[in-house]
Amino acid sequence: MSAERPEQAEERVASTGGKPLDRTLVLTLQIGVFLLLMATWEALSASKILDPFYFSRPSEIFAKMAVWIYTGFILPHLAVTLLEALLAFIIGTALGVGAGLALARVEILARIFDPYIRIFNALPRVILGPIFILWFGLGIASKVALAVTLVFFIVFFNTFQGIREVDPVVRNNARMLQASERQLLRYVYLPSALAWIFSSLHTSIGFALVGAVVGEYLGAAEGVGYVVAQAQGVFDTTGVFAGLILTSALVLVIDMGINRLERYLLRWRPGA
Amino acid sequence: MTAAPAVAFEGVTIRFRAPKGGVHTVLTDISLEIADGTFLAIVGPSGCGKSTLLNVAAGLLEPPDGRTLVFGEPLRGINRHAAYLFQQDALLPWRTVLDNVMLGLVFRSVAREQAERLALRFIERVGLRGFEDRFPHQLSGGMRKRVALAQSWIVGPRILLMDEPFGALDVQTRQIMENELLDLWQESRQTVLFITHDLEEAIALADRVVVISAGPAARVKGDYEVTLARPRDVAEIRLNPDFMQLYKRIWSDLRDEVRHSYEAGNR
Repeated sequence: MSAERPEQAEERVASTGGKPLDRTLVLTLQIGVFLLLMATWEALSASKILDPFYFSRPSEIFAKMAVWIYTGFILPHLAVTLLEALLAFIIGTALGVGAGLALARVEILARIFDPYIRIFNALPRVILGPIFILWFGLGIASKVALAVTLVFFIVFFNTFQGIREVDPVVRNNARMLQASERQLLRYVYLPSALAWIFSSLHTSIGFALVGAVVGEYLGAAEGVGYVVAQAQGVFDTTGVFAGLILTSALVLVIDMGINRLERYLLRWRPGA
Repeated sequence: MTAAPAVAFEGVTIRFRAPKGGVHTVLTDISLEIADGTFLAIVGPSGCGKSTLLNVAAGLLEPPDGRTLVFGEPLRGINRHAAYLFQQDALLPWRTVLDNVMLGLVFRSVAREQAERLALRFIERVGLRGFEDRFPHQLSGGMRKRVALAQSWIVGPRILLMDEPFGALDVQTRQIMENELLDLWQESRQTVLFITHDLEEAIALADRVVVISAGPAARVKGDYEVTLARPRDVAEIRLNPDFMQLYKRIWSDLRDEVRHSYEAGNR
């Protein structure tokens, strides 16, 4: 652990705005909102105001999820989707950070590639799904490829911006202390861009999963997207909703992991 | 053969492309020789290009006309003999005090243990023992300046460039820091180029005070020897009659420039 932070001790500390909110109170209210929403949905479905055929019912959706998990039916599908999303996330982030660094540091590259990046970014990437399936087949490669195109641009733009925004005084100071170009990258540019990169990671993990699921939806033999597509094929609304909720739960869990890493790596920031 | 001056500006002129087109001349034909071991203060009205001149000496800025010699050698790229104490915060915010102080050694591939040992000594010397693991945002402005001082001093520079380093500090902290600077300098006697707009600070610290005229196209307006005895105490020396006499002489030079610059700013 780093230096003791006395402000984390039991003593009462100064706060800048009003009374700090009670955490249990907030949590209670959050759960309350959820229960209210579910109860309303259930009631509307039960009284046929919402057609249960199209809207299903929370009780059925959660029952289905429980069955899926209990029988283990969903687990291999979740694993495949997770693998695709993580692969895309890692590859896309690596490419995005690499390209962002290169273009931010080498003016001529930025000039050459600027129009191409704009054009490619303007393209609705989901359209690439069918072509990727032709190229890479129905396996996980086509899904990873599609998700990479989504992740890459988010990370790339943020890295590029983060490096451009490096405080010139901090950079000049490091140069005066005789940092080599590589040392500048390691000690100045990357740490400075890290805050930007992390903010892009929160968005891009969601997009990695979107890419994977959409890819599966377009054509696959396994994965959550495939399960949702199958459910839709037999008008099983409950199955569609169950798949949807499981997917977002997955994103939440990964995002919590990123949060922890971010808190550690950006611990130098005021208020971190 | 006499020793080459630590820094020599030869007809340095600096022009920038103005944002609205055209060319803006900041400094014209600056020629100065700074002997090795001299504490030189450069004063001038704000915006006259003092910091620009320091950036030229640092090698961060290459003049279109004229050249800079460092110990007789023409300066190309970063000045490897110099350390720079910036006016703004220049510490790496994502590194602790210890890591920041030893940065220059790490860049020079000094072994980590050795660098750490030396850094701890410098941290103690600037009175920050016990703060090694803090991040810059957890320190006060004065403490950050001390870290910056240790950071630039640890690499054993032969030339120290200081750009209004204490400008943002309160008066008490400032006097303490000025005295600490003099103590440090007394031991090692590097060449110092110290930029300030405060004439009292300039005379109290320096061996020689150079006045730069109001911009644009600023020039060297005056050049004064400060013969006050050392070691000095910056608070006491201000009451010395010689100090006051010198202050009057230089101020009569500086006053016109400050007025010019003020009027230009209000036009």
